[in-house]
Amino acid sequence: MKHLLSISDLTDAELAMVLDTAEEMHDVQSRSIKKLPALRGRTVVNLFFEDSTRTRSSFELAAKWLSADAINVSAKGSSASKGESMKDTLLTLDAMGVDAIIMRHAGSGSVAQAAGWVRASMVNAGDGMHEHPTQALLDAHAMLRHFRKHEMGSLEGKRVAITGDLLHSRVVRSNVLLLPRLGAHVTLVAPPTLLPSGVRSWGVEVTHDLDEVLPEVDVAMMLRVQRERMHGGYFPSEREYIAGYGLTAARLSRLKEGAVIAHPGPMNRGLEISSDAADSAGSLVLDQVSAGVAVRMSILYHLLAGNTPES
Amino acid sequence: MSEPTTVLSAEEMSRAIRRMSHELLELDAGADDVVLLGIITRGVPLAHRVAAAIADAEGTSVPVGELDITMYRDDLRDNPTRPVGRTVIPRSLDDAVVVLVDDVLNSGRTVQAALHAIADLGRPRRIQLMVLVDRGHRELPIQADVVGKDLPTSRSERVRVHVAELDGVDEVLIERTEGRA
Amino acid sequence: MTNLTIAGAALADGSRTDLHIADGRLVAEAPSGAERIDADGLVALPGLVDLHTHLREPGREDTETVESGSRAAARGGFTCVHAMANTQPVTDTAEKAEHVLDLGRAAGLVQVVPVGAITKGLAGTELAELGLMHDSRAGVNVFSDDGVCVMDAGIMRRAFEWVSRFGGLLAQHAQDSNLAGPGACCHEGELSGRLGLPGWPPVAESVIIARDVQLAEATGSRLHVCHVSTSEGVEVIRWAKARGIAVTAEVTPHHLLLTTSELAGYDTTYKVNPPLRTDEHVESLRAALADGTIDTVGTDHAPHAAHDKDHAFVDARPGMLGLEQALAVVMETMAERLDWAGIADRMSIAPARIGGVAGQGRPLAVGEPANLVLVDPERRTTVDRAASASRSRNNPYHGRSLPDPVELTLFRGRITHRR
Repeated sequence: MKHLLSISDLTDAELAMVLDTAEEMHDVQSRSIKKLPALRGRTVVNLFFEDSTRTRSSFELAAKWLSADAINVSAKGSSASKGESMKDTLLTLDAMGVDAIIMRHAGSGSVAQAAGWVRASMVNAGDGMHEHPTQALLDAHAMLRHFRKHEMGSLEGKRVAITGDLLHSRVVRSNVLLLPRLGAHVTLVAPPTLLPSGVRSWGVEVTHDLDEVLPEVDVAMMLRVQRERMHGGYFPSEREYIAGYGLTAARLSRLKEGAVIAHPGPMNRGLEISSDAADSAGSLVLDQVSAGVAVRMSILYHLLAGNTPES
Repeated sequence: MSEPTTVLSAEEMSRAIRRMSHELLELDAGADDVVLLGIITRGVPLAHRVAAAIADAEGTSVPVGELDITMYRDDLRDNPTRPVGRTVIPRSLDDAVVVLVDDVLNSGRTVQAALHAIADLGRPRRIQLMVLVDRGHRELPIQADVVGKDLPTSRSERVRVHVAELDGVDEVLIERTEGRA
Repeated sequence: MTNLTIAGAALADGSRTDLHIADGRLVAEAPSGAERIDADGLVALPGLVDLHTHLREPGREDTETVESGSRAAARGGFTCVHAMANTQPVTDTAEKAEHVLDLGRAAGLVQVVPVGAITKGLAGTELAELGLMHDSRAGVNVFSDDGVCVMDAGIMRRAFEWVSRFGGLLAQHAQDSNLAGPGACCHEGELSGRLGLPGWPPVAESVIIARDVQLAEATGSRLHVCHVSTSEGVEVIRWAKARGIAVTAEVTPHHLLLTTSELAGYDTTYKVNPPLRTDEHVESLRAALADGTIDTVGTDHAPHAAHDKDHAFVDARPGMLGLEQALAVVMETMAERLDWAGIADRMSIAPARIGGVAGQGRPLAVGEPANLVLVDPERRTTVDRAASASRSRNNPYHGRSLPDPVELTLFRGRITHRR
């Protein structure tokens, strides 16, 4: 593994190894000494062109717990406005000799472009509306841990409904590539205005009707809805959005026994997810956060611990 | 490769493990606070055998754990990325008598990695080393407290330990690698 | 001025003749001391005319100048280009139009015809000095805010009315900015959804064309549609022409050849506005160019510096080079559908007529200005973006095998390009 740009970069063997290693990394979080020496001497840069709290801090912790040196570079605002191209920014960091660049950018495909320019390993921490592969991996990891703990088996045959602003979501694109490979049956739920074009060719079920699928799902994954979208006419009002697509207390009660709720955060409580749902016993929200560090440790380990043919 | 030579048969291996268990009990004046940590991979079944032998002899149950040292290896970055094994710690290592169990002691680098791993897991009162075969060629100032068999070898020879749990048979073999003196 | 005899060239109608050139014109007899050029196996076409060229001067001379763009045009077989108004500053006054005209004359490689802006600063809110630009030395006939669409239908209506006094032409960049906003950069479809690139739906083009043909009809004025890229757009134009509305249209070389699938690797060389479409649209465009629904090929030659392309796909500048490979792409894509007469019409005669350019797009007959291109119909090459007269390298055909037709370009009797 040289880069992680998309879920589709991972072979089945690599995917299995990444998830297995994440499981081992999870234990480190409960130790009093949260440190493994595997990446001693490696340098990892968090290059975030967009704001992020949880993804950036979780990558930073992951790098540090593996003993890598980690620095954060906030490149917020348009580098073009300062006369510097995105390529210049990347080449500058690369020239410092860093081993990996973890990059988030509002431009879809930007991390893949970067991978063509630099020597370092590139990790996609969210590129526009394209992909967010480590989020999908941590979602899967959190679900797998939950099912294993409750002796509910694996993701094989589980029904996962992903609901919300799918049009602008990079999380859904990565999850659609990942979850079916782990045996899950995915249904996408959104109003017509928030579905990506061509979504019906993605090989998963698509519906506008949340209430129809809700009683059957094992996992209800709710995606963030940005309030600004309302002004773009993507939906008429918050009230109308909630009526169709919010995980309200009433809908919570219609989930089947043992079903769980996931949300990649940050949550809009009271919009796509009610507090009743977010804080319910079946909520995986905090498990997803802790899974994030483990999965990112696993990814960094596999990218950086051994030698790669290129280096 | 030439035909491998059997160094320990199944019966000899079993005898060696029983003797090693007794030596350990003498060394530690009993099994109190002892935690057996098998180094993954073949140290683990050996640790369970030792625990069983102690249970036979003393009637006490000694906790057995598994230690994966992949992330602590000093040659990690010289090889393609290795899969990580699962470390299982059966009880707190603080103030415990940790007995590291491995199949073959050679350069000592595995043991060094294991010592680093243990340091991140707790602060044992004492750490001891038990190996089935000591073949020499140490590169670090490390030696075993309990040894099943001292086996002087040349560098061109390889020692293979097979255990029934993983390999279907108990035996220790030695084979000569051709083309290297 | 060179005296020439081009011996044995085939004309667009298939006949073979010797062309004699003296004092910048085609003459009946071989002039004395004429250089003789053996054109056996070559085709002589009237010099190509481009209604849609970005020369970037004034303002971005690092990416192209009137001189470098003219040289690229000559290499592509052009003898006339229309310089789009979206320079810095915008060509929205008589003085600025005359400045571009003078730069073109100084370069002397092709006839550079300034296009005037429809609205001041391309802002879409106030009419530019359309009449003064027309009455200036530059004699502007074609007006366009190209790069942006004139979204305000009221402004567009009054611009149509204003230019109808002198027969001016409005060339619209048809893009409804509410349907395809500034971020829109990928044909809306399966690929845009998968790549997560903001979609540019075909209706964003066709609704503006539909609006504008009706405004042209209502005002008795003329509309030219820039870079038609969709089946839907073609259908509206076909309807309007059938109705007798004075509308003309162009298609770019890249929309005739390339498809949206080029975007799969996020290579910003392929970012262009309107975006590359699917095979179905490409087929519609080829058919429309063949049947005359689309009148002409406009290159939309749009030079950009590497540092304006080295950004995330959504942030990179849209546009690609076109002058040097335009004829090659038309030959490659229209071989089954257009003969040499058809190519001469779509790339020279029709654009000269639409732009109202005297002395261009004329038959190769005695007394006419010697604006012509000699074409080798057989030769091919692998395009190398470094081998270009343009100052920019955003060539979407780099590495492709294409015809390499242009042997010689004559502008008013002067050799402006020779292989």
